[in-house]
Amino acid sequence: MIIQNTLVDIAYLIGAVSFVWGLRLLGSPDTARKGNTYAAFGMGLGIIAVLLDARIIGDGNYLWIVGGMAVGSIIGWLAAKKIQMTAMPQMVSIFNGLGGACAAILSIVEIMTQDLDKGGLVISLFALLIGAIAFTGSMLAYLKLDGKIWDSQVTWPKHNIINQVLLLLTVAFFIYLVIAGHTTGLLIGFLVLSLFYGWSFVAPIGGADMPVVISLLNSFTGISAAAAGLIYGSNFMLVGGILVGASGTILTVLMCQAMNRSLFNVLIGGFSAAGGAAAADGDQVAKSTNAIDSAILLNYSSSVMFVPGYGLAVAQAQKALKELDDLLESNGVDVKYAIHPVAGRMPGHMNVLLAEADVPYPKLLDLDDANAALPSTDVVVIVGANDVVNPAANDDPSSSIYGMPVLNVWEAKHVIVMKRSMSPGYAGIQNQLFFHEKTKMFFGDAKDSIQKLTSEVKNL
Amino acid sequence: MESFMQFISDNLLMIYLLIFTVILGFEVISKVPTVLHTPLMSGANAISGVIIVGAIILIRRSASDDMFSLILGSIAITLGMINVVGGFAVTDRMLEMFKKKKK
Repeated sequence: MIIQNTLVDIAYLIGAVSFVWGLRLLGSPDTARKGNTYAAFGMGLGIIAVLLDARIIGDGNYLWIVGGMAVGSIIGWLAAKKIQMTAMPQMVSIFNGLGGACAAILSIVEIMTQDLDKGGLVISLFALLIGAIAFTGSMLAYLKLDGKIWDSQVTWPKHNIINQVLLLLTVAFFIYLVIAGHTTGLLIGFLVLSLFYGWSFVAPIGGADMPVVISLLNSFTGISAAAAGLIYGSNFMLVGGILVGASGTILTVLMCQAMNRSLFNVLIGGFSAAGGAAAADGDQVAKSTNAIDSAILLNYSSSVMFVPGYGLAVAQAQKALKELDDLLESNGVDVKYAIHPVAGRMPGHMNVLLAEADVPYPKLLDLDDANAALPSTDVVVIVGANDVVNPAANDDPSSSIYGMPVLNVWEAKHVIVMKRSMSPGYAGIQNQLFFHEKTKMFFGDAKDSIQKLTSEVKNL
Repeated sequence: MESFMQFISDNLLMIYLLIFTVILGFEVISKVPTVLHTPLMSGANAISGVIIVGAIILIRRSASDDMFSLILGSIAITLGMINVVGGFAVTDRMLEMFKKKKK
């Protein structure tokens, strides 16, 4: 028995170290995939260890465990395999929410069935609160990302004040439960309040900031897992949870930096709160263009830069874009891609999509390289990007995205904007670029437009 | 308050572990190229599924007629397992594409 306990402990230890090592390897492109495998291995080892741990005394109930694990594995596996590349941010958000729900459920059972001391109660309530916030928050983030809910539908007047009041209420309720003890009714009330706060917390945050929010909620889930680790006395859970809590926080800050905004600014909902002066400008006329003119322009230029955005992802146009790229290259045009750090719905989103279409890595320029190359570029083609090419970020202090580094596409000789309509981007603000003298609008679905362009270039 | 103090001194080693792990988590992530933010977030999300270990402990130590714990516990296991398996699988899918591109 002693030997078995030692082996189980060693398995936990190796599992925890695998998490650390896996996360480390995930931070570099060459080793990232190996890192993910290490982390998954660590998780597997930890799960086996907890199944075999002889120090957990009880009826075992392995059928319940195996049943739950089987169902969860199948659903998780299918969801991960079936999901479109474009919908991956949403998927991560859902997964994260389920982890939070898991933590909340565990805490409830723990509080209601165990005779906890004050310290244990504080930690359990904390895990419940954070887990519940991560659950509803992630679900709302998913709905927003998926376009099922728009900011205006869930934002109330004075929402930030409401949130502050809700937070105070939640904390007060928390303290009351700790001091005065809990009943089932009070506990359910606290759960409902926590769930509601999670929803309300995410509601005013602009849709464009959802990646940051998901990263933040991810670290919440980690923290609640760590708190649960304290409850169950599991170092393995503690290490895994805290690692995610800490790295998720850093990642959140890095993402904010990529947008040149503070986390506070994101959480207060800067995007949805401020409209900016440009939005009111309704009289300006944008010039539109067609496939033939654009094809000629592209084919007889010497350098072209594509700027992909979420529109590319929605239209699944990455392969069509690669085809156009190949065709132009074979006609002697130098083709590059400018990748804004927050293009799409998540950092790295565009890189993943273009990689799927086999676009070679050296063709992708990051923000600084792209901006350096833009003045000598003949034609910029913007495929479904908007806020990341908005000049207001540079020159309009009243705009809510003022200060965010953008791609200075107007420095190129010509700009073609592929877009479905004149509607504003995810940040909900108008884009002066569309009315710029160098700009021509090419209306239509991105994939459709690119294919038309490709066939026109072929005909030349 | 006294019981809270008691809790701290009873779990001192764990609190050390907690603090050092926080520092480790910060250090491990601090320099990551933007390209990898999404996969990293996704991978970290899968690791946060470690909560499933708690769900397994809960069910293992429950009495076999304690339906409240068993039903909620197995729901928790299912949700946690979706997070773990789905999280690692989706991360692998993202990273697979990075690999293919390089060759």
